[in-house]
Amino acid sequence: MQRLMALCVALAALWGGISAAQAKDELVIGITQFPATFHPNIESMAAKSYILDMAQRPFTTYDADWQLVCMLCTELPTLENGKAVLEPGPNGSQGMALTYSIRPDAAWGDGTPITTQDVQFTYELGRHPQSGVSNAEMYRRITKLDLIDERSFVMHIDRVTFDYNGINDFRLVPAHLERPIFAADPAAYRTRTSFDRDPTNPGLYFGPYRISQVASGDYVVLEPNPRWAGKAPFFRKIVVRVIENTAALEANLLSGGIDMIAGELGLSVDQALAFEHRHGERFQIVYKPALFFEHIDLNLANPILADRRVRQALMYGIDRELLTKKLFEGRQEVATGPVSPLDWIYAADVPRYAEDLAAAGRLLDDAGWTEQTDGIRHNAKGEPLSLELTTTAGNRTRELVQQVLQAQWRRIGVEVRINNQPARVMFGETLTKRRFPAMVMFAFVSSPENVPRTILHSDQVPSEANGWAGQNYNGYQNPKMDQLLDQIERELDRPKRQALWRQLQQLYAEELPALPLYYRSDVHIWPLWLKGVRPTGHMGYSSLWVEDWRAEGG
Amino acid sequence: MLRYLVQRALEALAVLLLMSFVIYLLLGLMPGDPIDLMASGDPRITPADIARLKALYGLDRPLLERYGHWLAGSLTGDFGYSRIHAVPVLEVLAPRLVNTVWLMGLSFLLACLIALPAGVLAAVRPQGWLDYGINLVAFAGLSLPSFWLGILLILLFSVELGWLPAGGVGTVGGGGLGDRILHLILPVLALTLLTTGRLIRFTRGAMIEALRQNHIRTARAKGLAPAAVVLRHAVPNAMIPVVTVLALDFGSLFSGALVIETIFAYQGMGKLIYDAILGNDYNLALVGLLFATLLTLLSNLAADLVYAWLDPRIAYAPA
Repeated sequence: MQRLMALCVALAALWGGISAAQAKDELVIGITQFPATFHPNIESMAAKSYILDMAQRPFTTYDADWQLVCMLCTELPTLENGKAVLEPGPNGSQGMALTYSIRPDAAWGDGTPITTQDVQFTYELGRHPQSGVSNAEMYRRITKLDLIDERSFVMHIDRVTFDYNGINDFRLVPAHLERPIFAADPAAYRTRTSFDRDPTNPGLYFGPYRISQVASGDYVVLEPNPRWAGKAPFFRKIVVRVIENTAALEANLLSGGIDMIAGELGLSVDQALAFEHRHGERFQIVYKPALFFEHIDLNLANPILADRRVRQALMYGIDRELLTKKLFEGRQEVATGPVSPLDWIYAADVPRYAEDLAAAGRLLDDAGWTEQTDGIRHNAKGEPLSLELTTTAGNRTRELVQQVLQAQWRRIGVEVRINNQPARVMFGETLTKRRFPAMVMFAFVSSPENVPRTILHSDQVPSEANGWAGQNYNGYQNPKMDQLLDQIERELDRPKRQALWRQLQQLYAEELPALPLYYRSDVHIWPLWLKGVRPTGHMGYSSLWVEDWRAEGG
Repeated sequence: MLRYLVQRALEALAVLLLMSFVIYLLLGLMPGDPIDLMASGDPRITPADIARLKALYGLDRPLLERYGHWLAGSLTGDFGYSRIHAVPVLEVLAPRLVNTVWLMGLSFLLACLIALPAGVLAAVRPQGWLDYGINLVAFAGLSLPSFWLGILLILLFSVELGWLPAGGVGTVGGGGLGDRILHLILPVLALTLLTTGRLIRFTRGAMIEALRQNHIRTARAKGLAPAAVVLRHAVPNAMIPVVTVLALDFGSLFSGALVIETIFAYQGMGKLIYDAILGNDYNLALVGLLFATLLTLLSNLAADLVYAWLDPRIAYAPA
């Protein structure tokens, strides 16, 4: 019996030893979403980007310091280095010619060199109306492509914008594999692409890893790409497991089913705080401020909200500092507008609307909401100051915030009626068709120095006439704002542009087309032994630098 | 009997056709479409792109026309393409169905093996300690929230004891039958606990009713052994309503168990259909739901045939 027990203990120790050894050269990442496709240019999805960024690289991207850098190219074209040149554009407008060179060591995973033929094919694919490429605007802006040689090309664009050299969304597609499929039937390409029909084909990838196994809805396995000429990745295998339920995600982390939870697709801050209090000493927990602008959109066609004084009173009536402190332990930064406090263009001197109940009361009195009955203000016609607030049902964080706001606004005599909806109803109908009577709480995702044209320009108000296109759900229209947006896009001089950004933020704070709440943080939970991961807080995810990830001592 | 079966098959076809129309209509009338959802998550997508993609996916056409197109394709065996899995619908469904058969089949079998004898035993000695004990288990199974039970099992067996995997269908990269069974233990246990309670209550109720019948009193008066009275005379009669419940349960087995599948990250039909509906994946949701409908119809047909076997007085003829 004793021998049997000793054998069992020895086997357990051996098993434990094997597991520990495996943990050092294998990494299992937990995320909450599975990609609908692996094609880099069809459909934009966080899960796809997170996985694909280990296996492919964009030409350019923003790094962890929010600076534009080359990844697949050798040098960013600029006016200063002469690789960006102003030239006449179509219809008499000013355009630009940008010269890019592909890294000389870049090759697809099957050994085929990456050449300008791939660039040409990607361009043709992006411009074809039936290819299924979702974001075709960038390709439409490219008026012509001149291939200089196997590795260099000139991209002619139809306008001059300050971010002219950022082609982050130009994601290469291998011409040698995909061109025949596309040529056979362009309309059927999106259903026949090798990225979905044969996703483990090495020729589709050129990053440090390549996808070697896919179990739809369950997991993706990545293994080192032998053709990768850059810094050698550390892990022999990376498994990305999808566990949609966050409680189960935590349980899997604790049981060793996964090693880490990706901040880009993991726990919300309130969940992470609870987790940290219980198990914080066993993991590295990093809160990275991200470019998710949580705010409340207002229907400015509503006569109550059309009055700027009411909008300002609503801001003075809430204590966002207290809200983020109590709910998020200060881990999420209060927002003053659509520009993040971490962005270089942020203007710190615009009105921040710290809680001021007296000021709120005065503004509401001035706006005619003077009579108080049962704690609710009424106007001279006897109409109550009552507003409906909608957010995504089941989103626990937003529902908590909503309850706090409801209680705080009650103090200044504003009644808030909560009417939450499932995400698909809210985003699919209520918001996009502007069918909300007063207020909707949600987040906009953006990138560094992102011009908020789609949410603030008067030509971006969704309506039946324009097929419900645009994201200016508030219906905000101000010629001065339109002018600033246009000027910022065209201004190449950084100090001048910064001054314009300041004006925009000032105008936003005065006008309050929406109520800014806070900027969300991504919560990265890593094992203590994992080193080298640098969260970015924007859409160029940390996995773009996966070759820097190491196990301690490795 | 053959005529009866043919008639039921024709009825099933008509029901499926009607269901496909109703489901397609309901899915199509839900707010938003796949491109709206895509646009809400991509700030860079332009109105021109939205219009182009809607035309490409056929979403700019009237709903009835789209249904007609789908129906014509499905008659030739082409059930369409899954938007959220980027492969033909049947390629997504097949492995999920296998997973579901494992999960739901095992838990259904275990639930039957536990609940039917337990229900009979509880009914034979009502108000006794055994009855109270079985009822306690039954009510626990009926009242436990599935998400809570699932998390509790994971915390106990995976986190604290470290005996079993916390989720998934199998170890990444393979693992064989033993590995698969290891991954099935917790979700099967949870589902069995949850479904056993209901079956026990049904069986117990049906048995108590059957044991009150005159022919049971007659059998006892004839001096038959108590076990023979129960097994030969009470159980077959009590089983007729229980079979109805089992048939309905069996049909719904193949539409999966959404909560348990979500908690255990198990790739089954329930999660698949749910995600398809939320993701506006019309083709996948439609075929998944039609498949569940078909199995419900078939299991009800099987139940009708079992009635005749249990009670020879029941005979079938076309209406």
